[in-house]
Amino acid sequence: MRWINTKPSRGAQLALMLLPFVLLIAAYTAGSAARLAENANDKLLPSLAGFTEAINRLAFLPDARTGDYLLWSDTAASLIRLFAGLGISTLTALLIGMVIGMLPYLRALLAPFVAVISMVPPLALLPILFIVMGLGETSKIALIVIGVAPTMIRDLALKALELPREQIVKAETLGGSSWQIALRVVLPQILPRLITCVRLQLGPAWLFLIAAEAISSDSGLGYRIFLVRRYLSMDVIFPYVVWITLLAVLTNFILDRIRIAVFPWSELEKQG
Amino acid sequence: MQTFSKMLSITALTASLAFGMASGAAAAPKTDFKVAWSIYVGWMPWGYASDHGIVKKWADKYNIKIEVTQFNDYVESMNQYTAGAFDAVTLTNMDGLSIPAAGGVDTTAVIVGDFSNGNDAVILKDKATLADVKGQNVNLVEFSVSHYLLARALETVGLSEKDLKVVNTADPDMVGAFQTADVTAMVTWNPMVAEIVALPGAHKVFDSSQIPGEIIDLMVANSDVLKDNPNFGKALAGIWYETAALMTADNAEGKAAREAMGKASGTDLAGFEAQIAATKLFDKPADAVAFTSSTSLPKTMDLVRNFLFEKGLLGSGAASADVIGIEMPDGKVLGDSGNVKLRFTEVYMKAAADGSL
Repeated sequence: MRWINTKPSRGAQLALMLLPFVLLIAAYTAGSAARLAENANDKLLPSLAGFTEAINRLAFLPDARTGDYLLWSDTAASLIRLFAGLGISTLTALLIGMVIGMLPYLRALLAPFVAVISMVPPLALLPILFIVMGLGETSKIALIVIGVAPTMIRDLALKALELPREQIVKAETLGGSSWQIALRVVLPQILPRLITCVRLQLGPAWLFLIAAEAISSDSGLGYRIFLVRRYLSMDVIFPYVVWITLLAVLTNFILDRIRIAVFPWSELEKQG
Repeated sequence: MQTFSKMLSITALTASLAFGMASGAAAAPKTDFKVAWSIYVGWMPWGYASDHGIVKKWADKYNIKIEVTQFNDYVESMNQYTAGAFDAVTLTNMDGLSIPAAGGVDTTAVIVGDFSNGNDAVILKDKATLADVKGQNVNLVEFSVSHYLLARALETVGLSEKDLKVVNTADPDMVGAFQTADVTAMVTWNPMVAEIVALPGAHKVFDSSQIPGEIIDLMVANSDVLKDNPNFGKALAGIWYETAALMTADNAEGKAAREAMGKASGTDLAGFEAQIAATKLFDKPADAVAFTSSTSLPKTMDLVRNFLFEKGLLGSGAASADVIGIEMPDGKVLGDSGNVKLRFTEVYMKAAADGSL
């Protein structure tokens, strides 16, 4: 029996899946207990009870100053910015990605430009964005778009170029115009890739969102983390980090399910 | 089940190890001390003293080692101190109460270095009086001394924070932000204030010279470390007063020191001297002793703790502003005397005044 052929049973698979999480929590609890035994007011590694208390305060009790339920109002503010940014990026990427992939003239015009733009570190542009677009929502959404759209455009253009030449030729012999080929041959085949592309850009999109919120904002998940950071309020920061992770994992999962439901053939191809 | 109990015992072992190590560290004799400071007009002497051998001179005198580290991020320096990585740090009276003290780290103010006397200001765009701030978005570093200054300013014109909206903005971006169209009101500190008031349309409508002695810059140290090693406190006082005397000296040497400090804080001699003018620097230990033991300090700390309590910064479980005890030099305690976490003392400054360092 070779190692590469030994597979875990269903139970063992579940246990192995949970093991790293359990170990992480156990290590944390031990460290937290040690620090709290020394200083009951220590804020660096709060106890699990401290987290429960903080989550309860943020999610289920109105804030004394504004009357908002902070966790939910922060989540709403952040998700609106995130999805606005991702939405604009997705549409731009689809449009520009397809023309670069299909039309040689526009490819010559845009492909090198997009390639260069995609190399500009977006965070380095942040001070410029804030001055040009102000400190409001526009500059935060713009940062996300600048951060993720060029990569998405390049990815989709490559995907469009990868389509077998025979398919395009066949469509041409059947009398298809450029417009028809775009709509009936190219578009359906790159849409699944577009969804995957959005999934892969979720991480960077969150990064840019939090960076923008940290600098100037009055609500949002990143805003809250950087606000309470001043007070070492790890009892707020840790749950917020877990919550952001959860939101990202959930969005990723839902997008993948949508792809499989709408384009079942893309999943078949993958398995094949 | 067996694995579970094994895991529990591993957890217990790790915990006991961590605990044992921590208590071992506290008991060890200490000869090496770490001090953190960040860029601000009243704290520049620490960097200068470190670069020009003054720190080493005083450390050698008491047979200890003092390592001085500059932080580019003020908040990070306080967090590092609170987490236990440093024995002393420069901070304001307000942050001292809300960060280390509220975090359970018993902290003593070794040196009262200066108070802001115009260095912090409320600035409006195209409006000339403070009352015009009503209804505006105000950009500031939320929960900082700027926020406190705004609250105190609003009191003077019968307004409250409900009459406007606070927008949290990072301090390096203040000057740029003021030049964008949607920013109309701002509270910040020097050197940003100086740059912003020079912009067209900017009006300074309130500054810290109108609440003198309330925003105090301190050098604080961990109370336990200080109790076991009073020489560390004496060395700090020695370093401070030697450097402060040099900094205020009206001769070529003093000018060279001010120029070096100005350069280190990103400005020039003239800019730095303007900042010193907006700061009440306690370069003579006797003045600092008189200020620290005056009756105005308890009043200031009472205002500060009530502000922090209203903003929920004394801990989420705090029932009142009394939750943390603040000990004054005369031994009187403001708040809970069973939970004293911030102490003011004139011992080290007095030793400097008496020349007994």
